[in-house]
Amino acid sequence: MKSDDPVTRYALRLGDDALILGHRLSEWMSRAPFLEEDIALGNVALDFIGRARLFYQYAAERVGGGVTEDTFAYTRDVREFTNLLLCELPRGDFAFTLCRQFLYDAFSLPFTEALAGSADSRLAAIGAKAVKESRYHLRRSRDWIVRLGDGTEESHRRCQQALDELWIYTGEMFETDQLIDELVALGVAVDTAELRRCWIETVSETLRAATLTPPTATADVSGGRRGIHTDDLGFLLAELQFMQRAYPGLQW
Amino acid sequence: MSEAKLISLLPAEEWARRERRRCSPCAELWTVLDHVMDPEIPVISIYELGVLQDVQQQGEAITLIFTPTYIGCPALGIMEEDARVALAAAGYHNVTVETRLAPAWTTAWLTPEARRKMSAYGVAAPEHDAVSCPQCGSAQTRSISEFGSTACKALFRCETCLEPFDVFKDL
Repeated sequence: MKSDDPVTRYALRLGDDALILGHRLSEWMSRAPFLEEDIALGNVALDFIGRARLFYQYAAERVGGGVTEDTFAYTRDVREFTNLLLCELPRGDFAFTLCRQFLYDAFSLPFTEALAGSADSRLAAIGAKAVKESRYHLRRSRDWIVRLGDGTEESHRRCQQALDELWIYTGEMFETDQLIDELVALGVAVDTAELRRCWIETVSETLRAATLTPPTATADVSGGRRGIHTDDLGFLLAELQFMQRAYPGLQW
Repeated sequence: MSEAKLISLLPAEEWARRERRRCSPCAELWTVLDHVMDPEIPVISIYELGVLQDVQQQGEAITLIFTPTYIGCPALGIMEEDARVALAAAGYHNVTVETRLAPAWTTAWLTPEARRKMSAYGVAAPEHDAVSCPQCGSAQTRSISEFGSTACKALFRCETCLEPFDVFKDL
């Protein structure tokens, strides 16, 4: 199932981001602070898992030979996943989850907008579909950051702490490598380096409104795109893949 | 309001979809599928919802083109199954369902008739961001949660009659 096709590899990166972040969100089911929030987190998780399916289905069609979306989700080992590290970090407390979500949503909206203009018509269609949901996601996570940051002393403290912890993982979103350069030249991939300014604007405006302090961390942690992950991804996959590992080929 | 008056206000892709139905050589198949309802809002059909994009027939083989409302909407699978059951009951067994993502689905495709049916069922369908209570018609409503019982709905509450209700999100 390893593929050298650049578009397949790109689709898998995007699918991996969506699946892993969607799974982290789904972990909140029945644990959220109140019912509406439980439902909201479940809905956002569903959006991301749906997005992952579209990318995986496309990759599966390109690979052919009986490979399906499930092959990618359930039978690859940790080093074969190429998601951003930001997406795999444990859910932490509510502030951490929402803070991660906001930092990602602020990236995801301009990203899906740009993907909608991809020269690859299938990726463009997925982008155009996802951009509408991304608007909802960002509006919601932004509201939460303002509410938590400008809330009680406790919520402010937790939100600031989450922000400080997450900050070093945000640079990876804008990193490019050989694959991206190659696909950007073909008009297929989004040049994420160009999204950074837009992301910083959204984040700075929101942090100001939330009375939070922008972190000043200078180091960036990365590796996800090369399959080098935190310990946490292995544990996540152990849960996500358990049924297919225990009963290969199991169907509903 | 007559249909002729509405046509000019329709998004181009929705107009094209209605033309596909109007000019379709397999009108009876569309009619069979008019009985397949959205499982979450069982008063509007998959055609009215805009999920059913096209019906094609080549000899025995029938192809349905669906477009998802929300990417992760689990109801799409149910709609597909229900469409197969309805067609099988009408004697059509060779059915393929294809998913098409572009043009992306939008609430702008919902007809006034579909919006009325949804509202009568208790799900408000907003027009130009104005949300009226489906219970009492009051315009004094407020959002409780951006996400409701399904991916396509938000949760609102009426400030007049105090009832909570679902709103079909503008997409």
